[in-house]
Amino acid sequence: MKTAFRESVNVALNNANLTGALGRFSEAYRIGRAKAYEGIDFEAVREQIKAIKGSAAGHLDELAETFKRNAEARGAVVFRSQDPAEVRQYILDLAKANGVQRIVKSKTMASEEIHLNAHLEAGGMEVEETDLGEWIIQLAGQTPSHMVMPAIHMTKEEVTDVFNSEVEPGQVPEITKLVRFARGKLRAKFLGAEMGISGANIAVAETGSLVIITNEGNARLVTTLPKIHVAIVGIEKLVACFEEIHPILTALPRSATGQLLTSYVSIITGQVPNTDGTPKQLHIILMDNKRSAMAKDPKFKQALQCIRCASCLNVCPVFRLVGGHVFGKTYTGGIGTILTAWFDELKKSEDIQALCIMCGNCKEVCPGKIDIPELILELRRRLAVEQGQGIVQKAVFAVVNNRRVFHAMLRAASVTQKPFAKDGFIRHLPMFLSDLTEFRSLPAIAPVPFRDLFKQIAQPKGKEKAAFYSGCLIDFSYPEMGQAVVEVLNKAGIEVVFPDRQTCCGAPARYSGAYEVAAQNAQDNIEALLAEDVKYVVSACPTCTVALQHEFTATFESLGMKDRLGDAQKLAAKAIDFSTLVKRLVDEGRLTFKEGQDLGKFTYHDSCHLKRTLKASAAPRELLEKAGYQISEMAECDMCCGMGGSYSLKLPELSAPILARKLGNIKAAQAPLAAMDCPGCVMQIRGGFDKDGAQVKVEHTARLLADRLE
Amino acid sequence: MDTLYETFKARAEAVSAEVHRFPTQRDAFDFVLGLLQEQGVQDAPGMGALWADGSLLKGSGKKYLANEAVGLSFEVTREAAAQARVGISQMDWAVAATGTLVVDAAQVEQRLVSTLPPIHVALVGSSRLRADLPTVLRQLHPSQTGYISLITGPSRTADIERVLTIGVHGPERLIIVFVDDLERGN
Repeated sequence: MKTAFRESVNVALNNANLTGALGRFSEAYRIGRAKAYEGIDFEAVREQIKAIKGSAAGHLDELAETFKRNAEARGAVVFRSQDPAEVRQYILDLAKANGVQRIVKSKTMASEEIHLNAHLEAGGMEVEETDLGEWIIQLAGQTPSHMVMPAIHMTKEEVTDVFNSEVEPGQVPEITKLVRFARGKLRAKFLGAEMGISGANIAVAETGSLVIITNEGNARLVTTLPKIHVAIVGIEKLVACFEEIHPILTALPRSATGQLLTSYVSIITGQVPNTDGTPKQLHIILMDNKRSAMAKDPKFKQALQCIRCASCLNVCPVFRLVGGHVFGKTYTGGIGTILTAWFDELKKSEDIQALCIMCGNCKEVCPGKIDIPELILELRRRLAVEQGQGIVQKAVFAVVNNRRVFHAMLRAASVTQKPFAKDGFIRHLPMFLSDLTEFRSLPAIAPVPFRDLFKQIAQPKGKEKAAFYSGCLIDFSYPEMGQAVVEVLNKAGIEVVFPDRQTCCGAPARYSGAYEVAAQNAQDNIEALLAEDVKYVVSACPTCTVALQHEFTATFESLGMKDRLGDAQKLAAKAIDFSTLVKRLVDEGRLTFKEGQDLGKFTYHDSCHLKRTLKASAAPRELLEKAGYQISEMAECDMCCGMGGSYSLKLPELSAPILARKLGNIKAAQAPLAAMDCPGCVMQIRGGFDKDGAQVKVEHTARLLADRLE
Repeated sequence: MDTLYETFKARAEAVSAEVHRFPTQRDAFDFVLGLLQEQGVQDAPGMGALWADGSLLKGSGKKYLANEAVGLSFEVTREAAAQARVGISQMDWAVAATGTLVVDAAQVEQRLVSTLPPIHVALVGSSRLRADLPTVLRQLHPSQTGYISLITGPSRTADIERVLTIGVHGPERLIIVFVDDLERGN
C-alpha cells in the first residue's frame, strides 16, 4: 500500500464529520432498507435481476443494436462508442453545431466516469449539475464521495461556505433555506439551458426506452426544458424487454434509499415535443468503455448485474469509516473497486482493493446478486500475478506453506514471547509491531499446542468418527477451545481423531491473492483429512470451515486445477461447523443439557463467515439458551469485529475503529458475557476488552457448552 | 376499490402527498377552487394557476371553472408554468402498492404544470386505481407514448446531511384528488 494512500485513510478517519455522517447513515440505512422490503421476497427479486441482467450481459451487442433500431424508429439518434474520448467529442461537437452555450445535467455516473464536464468546459460550455448533491460538489471542486449521496461528507456549514464563496454571499446554515436557495438558482439554469444531459437507470432494447429515476425532479426538467436531450448510457443498463424493468424498479429505490419508489420515474421513448412545439432532439449514447470486455471475462461478467444502488457501500464496515474519496474513484465502495479496475485499469484498484475486509455484508444485500468479495479477491489474485507478492509477504507464505517450519516457528514463539506475555496476553510489542497491540492485546502462544494436548485425551471407540480440524488459532493460542470441542463430541459418543498433518487452511494466502499457496495448503489438508474414514470433519473456526466447505474447490477452480476437485468436494461434504453439528446431535437426542441452569445473560456476536457463508446464526443462540443463558441481542450483531484474519495486522488503523464500535455495541447490550463461534473474533474482541478494561467475558460457544451437557 | 384506495392513501401520505376523494366531478372542482382561493391565486406574476388539458375539462367543466376562478388559465406555456403558483393536471392511473400516479406525459403541457409550479394538484378517476405498477404499465406502454411519468409524492432531497427536505426542483406539495364519477382517463 502506498504511503500517500495510507495517509488519505488516516485523514478520512480523523474527519469527524465524515465518519459521523457515514456512521449514522449506515445505522439508519439497515432499518430503512429492512422496512422498505417488508412483504417483498428479496431473494426472489434478486434472482430475477440476476437472470435479467446476466442474460443481457451475454448479449450486449445484440441488445445495443436492437435498442438503436427501436429508438431510432421513434426519432432518437443513437451513437454507440467504445471510447470515452469519442463520447466527449461527440457531445461537444453536437453542442457547438447547435449553438449551445449552457448545459444542465441530471445525475449521470457515466459522465463522471469519462470526466465529461471538464471537456465541455474546456470547449467553452457552461455546465451545471442540477442534482443538489452533485451541484454542491461541483461548486466545491470535489468528486462524489458516495454513488447515491454525492455530498454526504459535507456538513450544512460547509455547504453554506461553498454557496457563499461560489454562488452568492449571505447564505445561512439552515438546510431548508439552502435547498430553497439552490432551487431558485438552478431554476434559472434549467430555463436558460439549450442542452440537457442525463444518464439512465435502465435502457429497454425492445422499445428503445430510457428509464430515469430521481427524487428531486431535476431529470424531468433536464429532459423537458432544453431543446436537446443527450442521454449517456453505459451498455450494462440494457435489458431485453420492457417487463424486465419491474424487478429493477422494485429493488433500486428500496436498496438505495429505503424508498418503495422514488418521487419520479420517467420512461422516455423517442422524440417528444419541446415547449415551443418543435420535436426535441434526442441523442442517446450507448457507451461501452470496457464493459464488453468485462462481459467476456467469466469471473467479472457478473459485475454487469449491478444496478448502482450503492447498498454495498452502505453496509460496508470500512466504507463507513473512510468514505468514497478514499474507498474508490468515480465509482466507490465494493462495486466501485471492481469497476475502477475495469473502466480505469487494474493497477488503479491496487490500494483500494486492500480495504476490503471480506466480511461479506455486501454480497448479502446486493440486489444484482454479485459476489463482490469474490471479485475483489480475484482482483487481488490478478494483481499478485501481475506484480508479484511483496518480499515480506512472500517470506511469510513460504513459511506458512511449509507445515514443519511453520509449526516449529510457532512453538519457538511460545518461548521467545516470554518477555511480552502476561496472563495469556501480549499487551505491548516493540518497534514497528507496536501498532498491533495499541488497540487490543494479542493472545499469548500457548505453552503446549492443542496437537500435543489432544494425545492425552482418551477417545471412546465408537461406530462414529469425526476428524477435528483445529485451525492455527485453536492449535497454538486457544487449545482449551479444542479441548471443549472434543469433550462435547465425546459426550455424544463420537470418537475424535486429530490428523497430525493438517496445516493452515490457506485463508491468509487466499485473501492476499496468493492462490498458489492456498492451493498447496488445500492439497495438504485434503490429503491429511481424507486419510481416515470419518463421518465428519469438524471445525470450531468458521473461516476454516468455509475453507474446507467452499474455498478449496474455489481455489482449484480459479487455478484450473480440475483434477483436484473430486477430493475437495469429498472433503467439503464432510466439513461442518461446531454449532451446526452440536445442534443436530441435540435434536437427535444424542446430547442433552443439564437441567435447571440459570446462567444469566449473554449477547451473541455473529462471525462473518458463520453467518453469511455457513448460514449458522440460529444454532449457537438456541444451544446457549438451552444451556441456560438468556440472550440479550446487541445492535449490529452480525457486523464484522475488524479482525478479518491478517487484515488487522495489515490495516490496524481501520481494524481499531471497527472493533471500537463492536465493543460499544456489546457493552450496550448489558450482558456480562459475549459469546461467539470464531477464535479469531475471540482474539480481537477479548483483546479489545483487555485494553478497554470493561468487565465482559468473551468466550467461544464450545467452551460455554462443554460442561453444561450431560 | 375501498381497500385499494386505503392502501393508496396510506402509501402516498407516507411520502408526504395529500390525498382526497370526492363522489362527483363538481365536488372535486369545488375543492380545487377552494384551494386556489386559499392559496390566493390571482392574475398576477407568481400567483396564477394553470390547468393542463384532460377529459375532466371536456363538456361543461372548463366553463364552470373559468367562471368561478380568478387567475386560472388553461393556456399552458413554458413562461406561464414558470410563473404559476399552482399546476393542475389529470392522471391516467394510480398505483396502490406505492401510492404512485402514472400519466402519459408526451404532451409537454402535462409536464410543465407538474414540474415547475410549487403546488401540483393531480386529479384521477377512482376507477383508474390498480394494485400494482406492472398492471398499469401493461395498459400504458412505451409503444403508445414517448413520455410516461410516474409520480410518487412531492419532490424531495436528502443531499445535505441526509435531512429530508421536501420541494427541491419540483413541487413542494402534491395534492391528489380522486374523482368517483370520472370513468375515463385522459
